[in-house]
Amino acid sequence: MGSAMRDRSNGDISVVLCGQAGQGVQTVEFLLTRLMSRAGYQVFATKEYMSRIRGGANSTTIRVSDRPVAGAVDRIDLLIPLNEGAVEHVVSRISARTVVLGERQITGDVPVLRACTFFDVPFTAIASAIGNKLYSNVVAVGAIAGLLGIGAEHLRASVRHFFAGKPSGVVEDNVRAADEGYAAVAKVDLPHELTLSEPNRVPARGELLLNGGEAVGMGAIAGGCNFVSSYPMSPSTPVLTFLAQQAKNFGTIVEQAEDEIAAVNMAIGAWYAGARALVTTSGGGFALMTEGLSLAGMLESPLVIHLAQRPGPATGLPTRTEQADLEMAVYAGHGEFPRIILAPGTLADGFHLTQRAFDLADKYQVPVFILTDQYYIDSYYSTPAFELSRIGVEKHIVNTSRDYRRYESGATGVSPRGVPGYGEGLVVVDSDEHDEEGHITEDAQLRVRMVDKRLAKGVSLLRDAVPPELVGPPDYRNLVICWGSTYHAVKEAVSRLERDDTAMLHYRQVYPVPADTADYLRRAERTVIVEGNATAQFGQLLHLQAGIAVTHQVLNYDGLGFSVERILHRLRDILA
Amino acid sequence: MDAKVFDRGDIDIAWCPGCGNYAILRTLREALAELDVDPRQLVMVSGIGQAAKAPHYLRAHVFNGLHGRALPPATAIKAANPSLTVIAESGDGDMYGEGGNHFIHCIRRNPDITNIVHNNMVYGLTKGQASPTSPIGLKTPVQVDGVHLEPFNPVAVAIALDASFVARANAQDREQTKELMKKAIAHRGYALLDVFQPCVTYNKLNTYQWFKAHTYYLDESHDPRDRTAAFRRALERDRLPLGVFYVSPEKPTFEDNAGLYREDPRPLYQRDIDLARLRDLVQSFEAGT
Ligand SMILES: Cc1ncc(C[n+]2csc(CCOP(=O)(O)OP(=O)(O)O)c2C)c(N)n1
Repeated sequence: MGSAMRDRSNGDISVVLCGQAGQGVQTVEFLLTRLMSRAGYQVFATKEYMSRIRGGANSTTIRVSDRPVAGAVDRIDLLIPLNEGAVEHVVSRISARTVVLGERQITGDVPVLRACTFFDVPFTAIASAIGNKLYSNVVAVGAIAGLLGIGAEHLRASVRHFFAGKPSGVVEDNVRAADEGYAAVAKVDLPHELTLSEPNRVPARGELLLNGGEAVGMGAIAGGCNFVSSYPMSPSTPVLTFLAQQAKNFGTIVEQAEDEIAAVNMAIGAWYAGARALVTTSGGGFALMTEGLSLAGMLESPLVIHLAQRPGPATGLPTRTEQADLEMAVYAGHGEFPRIILAPGTLADGFHLTQRAFDLADKYQVPVFILTDQYYIDSYYSTPAFELSRIGVEKHIVNTSRDYRRYESGATGVSPRGVPGYGEGLVVVDSDEHDEEGHITEDAQLRVRMVDKRLAKGVSLLRDAVPPELVGPPDYRNLVICWGSTYHAVKEAVSRLERDDTAMLHYRQVYPVPADTADYLRRAERTVIVEGNATAQFGQLLHLQAGIAVTHQVLNYDGLGFSVERILHRLRDILA
Repeated sequence: MDAKVFDRGDIDIAWCPGCGNYAILRTLREALAELDVDPRQLVMVSGIGQAAKAPHYLRAHVFNGLHGRALPPATAIKAANPSLTVIAESGDGDMYGEGGNHFIHCIRRNPDITNIVHNNMVYGLTKGQASPTSPIGLKTPVQVDGVHLEPFNPVAVAIALDASFVARANAQDREQTKELMKKAIAHRGYALLDVFQPCVTYNKLNTYQWFKAHTYYLDESHDPRDRTAAFRRALERDRLPLGVFYVSPEKPTFEDNAGLYREDPRPLYQRDIDLARLRDLVQSFEAGT
């Protein structure tokens, strides 16, 4: 029964739905998370799915609690297997305390389930009796709600909201399906572990329920993004889709380019003409963009790149997660030029860092990365309202005069950026080495000056570095270091250690590494890097940039990402 | 307007003496002057190659990007600020080889830009290798037995893709070339102008004399609205037609389709985010809804 560990806090239930692609796992996930949140609970949902349209096995884990929850867990408290084979797909996560809600006829007699409590509810038969087998997912939602003791009025409201706009017959059939699922479990006696505490709250004002892709997409809009050129590639596509669907609302140009090379070159052209452009891509697509990245370096063009990681090399595992493209982002592009790499940990980071990326790119005229991954993009949770009062675009464009020179030298390395048609000057940019005016040159001294000028920006931009966040006692002896999407899982694991000598240090700017890093590392006796790759890329980068090697590593590269339990287990071993 | 407006004065030009590029550059300046294009509203976009240096030799805004990648930024520049005149100018290797995919899809996208291709049927800057338009048999230091590959026919490809304007010129015929440039620039939508140009250093086959002997101008008997006829002309090989092959002017442009300029002509750099809408959008994710 594998790694399923039972040290959870009370009132925090992990519900796992498992079925084939195309079977509606996503519908159930959507309905259930909204329903729980309507009923006043906080929810977290993360999914793993195969790279196919139909068949296979996909699962979604939903955590429900009366307190904030935002990390993935292995443990399954309530399992809803929707097809034959679903149990086998998650078998290592099942324990004797897992409660199963499903159709015995579909799951069959799986040995691992013999020790579990099984509530056999004929979802399909109930749905067929109402009029359509397709309603069986909604029957299941009703049964889950019933089992967890969610008020029937919330259930009905959620179903109505979800099917709003459908013919009234369909809406009413689904409400009935939910009701009958609810009623089917009315008499069952719930194991103690499955009781949720009363939420005792209405959702806080402005509390949001969204996923990482939506957070990044809205952050881009908040950053004044008005041009998006990209080529579809999992797991970056949700951001492209989101922005395409919002394009009319915000006056954004969204173009699906013929390839990633076109996408990045379009984005640079758009910035040149005064737009704020984004490309969203994943490893292989970004590989094709690297010459364009170097062009941005040479032209001193702002550029914002959302790079959503998945396991490589090559096509790798298209729908899985990893943090193994950090080094590529740091070193991509021929020649030497500065860049900034931001890696959101929380959903609020996805929003605020993406917004900030546009201002930083504009201010320092450098490429800025938002480095996420499949886990981050596809995971949902309840989060406090985003701070919108200070949103406002900092534009760094100047009105040019007749004698304007695009690459005029100055102390910070940043030259005022004009755009064609605004002012009297001409804006000349060249991918060849160029003079201050922007025209092609092969003058060796000028070359040296221009390299120094570009690199000077790399020093200037440290002024705006996003500092790492320390969670836990400042007088720690053990420091657990992580970056990007692992924020919540590591935070929960470290807090469950319940040690007053151990703190977590999370980086949301991973390059350049913020200046106070060495101080943080020096204060620790043991340093543990937790990251989703096989070679501890960020650990190496810290060593390179701060001069201190981390002492321990917790790595994961199975494509499924970290769970709280697995991090906890490894940390306990290391810190024993 | 005087063509001197586009003059950059005494600058070092990196082209070989006698190169066809000089004629194209001079003709382009004249065409722009006759169209009264304001240099402050003109953006010249190019890739890399000898031809791609042309934008540096004329007073205008310049975006000299990567080899093969002139069309994507040109498309985006026009989309971000439709009041600009955008000309993407480069060599045949750049536009049809390295940038071949962009060439195809730029035609499909139909931005209102002009695409001038210096077609010398050879790679000049890298010292004489075959280009996509090199004739079969052309010997080079790399194609040691002569070119075997079927030459790329940009005019036929463009017509096949229903490009909105397709024309071909011969650089040495300055008057005709100027008129074709003016038509291409004035045309609303993507306009391809493929310009035959001798490379005096590396292409000993397609010389000034050869182009003179192997070309003729389309006359009034050719109807540029007739796509089938245009395609037939594009396939002619013995003597290569010059002039406007095809126009399909009713197509909406990329900027039209983007939709955001219908009610508001302001370029993107003048716009701000709509905070009220952002607030509404964020609110649509509020829990409990
Ligand atoms: C990615 C890349 N590959 C190769 C080159 C080298 N290169 C520069 S120009 C050129 C071809 C030039 O031929 P063409 O575009 O026909 O222009 P011409 O010099 O003949 O005017 C090549 C291969 C490059 N700069 N970038």
